[in-house]
Amino acid sequence: MKIAKTAHELSDAIRRKELSSREAVEAALDSAQALDPSLRAYITLLPERARDRAKQLDDRIARGDSADSLGALAGIPVAVKDIFCLEGELTTCGSRILGNFRPPYSATVVNKLEAAGAIIIGKTNMDEFAMGSSCENSAFFPTRNPYDVTRVPGGSSGGSASTVGAGSVPIALGTDTGGSIREPASFCNIVGVKPTYGRVSRYGMIAFASSLDQAGPMTRDIRDAATTLQVMAGHDEMDSTSVDTPVPNYAAALRTDLAGVRIGIVTEFEDSIGRSDAAMAGLYKRAYADLERLGATLVEVHLPHAQYGLATYYLIAPAECSSNLARYDGARYGCRVNESGDVFTMFEHTREAGFGDEVKRRIILGTYALSAGYYDAYYVRAQKVRTLIKRDFDNAFAQCDAIACPAVSCPPFELGAKTQDPVAMYLMDYFTIPMSLAGIPALSVPAGYVNELPVGLQFAAPAFEEARMLGIAHAYEQATHHADQVAPKVLAGAAR
Amino acid sequence: MADVPIDIDHVSKLARLPLSASEKERFSGQFARLFQFITELQQLDVEKITATAQVIPLHNVFRDDTVRDSLDHEAALANAPDREGDYFKTPRILE
Repeated sequence: MKIAKTAHELSDAIRRKELSSREAVEAALDSAQALDPSLRAYITLLPERARDRAKQLDDRIARGDSADSLGALAGIPVAVKDIFCLEGELTTCGSRILGNFRPPYSATVVNKLEAAGAIIIGKTNMDEFAMGSSCENSAFFPTRNPYDVTRVPGGSSGGSASTVGAGSVPIALGTDTGGSIREPASFCNIVGVKPTYGRVSRYGMIAFASSLDQAGPMTRDIRDAATTLQVMAGHDEMDSTSVDTPVPNYAAALRTDLAGVRIGIVTEFEDSIGRSDAAMAGLYKRAYADLERLGATLVEVHLPHAQYGLATYYLIAPAECSSNLARYDGARYGCRVNESGDVFTMFEHTREAGFGDEVKRRIILGTYALSAGYYDAYYVRAQKVRTLIKRDFDNAFAQCDAIACPAVSCPPFELGAKTQDPVAMYLMDYFTIPMSLAGIPALSVPAGYVNELPVGLQFAAPAFEEARMLGIAHAYEQATHHADQVAPKVLAGAAR
Repeated sequence: MADVPIDIDHVSKLARLPLSASEKERFSGQFARLFQFITELQQLDVEKITATAQVIPLHNVFRDDTVRDSLDHEAALANAPDREGDYFKTPRILE
């Protein structure tokens, strides 16, 4: 399958006129279509839309417009999680209740990517309303891991992770509420960045838990993540929670050594992974030693309340979800089930038929946490513990520049392994939830393999310090090149 | 097993989300496991701690009160399950 691996490699070829945008897009579509029976990464492929836009771009280049004037992602094929509105195109959020929804406008980040010249080739599969860690909660079908198709790609941004991991596209958009970019990135051997809450506009991104949701790039390497985040970041007057602070130059922050950098190693996390899995703990120990070899000083830091992250998250996120998902009632868009002619029965039947198990579970839990008599005991208490978790990070960052820690507790697991046990599934986000609650940036970068299955290393930094975080992760990536060491097995099966 | 304090029938009415008997039974067992985690929060002394509703330093975000274009009727109604003229049509709300 002929496709250059990263967006910057494709971009260089397009700038040198060795490759047209049309050729890049055709290669991406060919790969996505050839792998679709194995991976099922896409809910919707958009070949005609993509070809039209690629042709327009190639025409502009032929007329003499320089590739630079066309944008940072000129001609690059990208995939977009089906949670982002794309004007006029099916946008399901992985749910039956939006099974026929064609939004009348596009998400701000989608507009920004397209304005930078990116070509969207399709909308990727996901856990319904981004609730899940395996992509098995999609109302339509599960997506599979390119490293082992009997295993999950992670979730909720599983389709995006799978298609980037398989090399079909160099960049995909994901969203992360408690780990939904970082865990699938770890599982599919790619880079996944959750920016600071407020760094990237959420306008047109279908809401799950509004104080936590954030969009971010999923890419083959850190350089592409920096370029994509550069395009996505910044204030948007359509999202009052997007923060109006300058966006630094992320590419300029990429470094190749860690001299003078203090990296925090979280005692509580190391104890946890040491108890649960020796192979995983060993992999992370080697990663920390690599950081030291690059010149970093390792500092022991403590996050004493991180162990309460899961409980805190599973009150706050369902509470916000129960409020956000109250809008799905069959009145204005989406599916409607109406047999009796009574409006309240229509609401109930629509929701009963339209939502899957996990979404129902979280709506019930969240409604309960917000209901009269329980609000203070559960929801407000969780918000207070959220304060403690955030303070833990403030204290830790007084002693270090960034934190390095596990992204996940295990390599990708087999399909069906956790579907009957939601709490086991929730535990997949143990190491990613605390950063989400604190609102700080975090990413996962390939860190090696356990039984030939990929595992990611997580970096976290103080709020709005994405440049520092990407710089440190870049030094680690360039010194280790873990992602290149094992090819996705699905490519061997699909080779032509 | 931790107690499951949720009155599922009551909460399902509040959420306008009817559940089948098998869903109720399945969810109850799953909530029991989750509440083993959730009850851990009761151990913490948080009396003097301020609640965090959101993490960014923004308050009362306003824009100028100027008239500008918004979504037109046809675009807004394009996904309507049922419509009448320029309105979304639903079953009768008031008797």
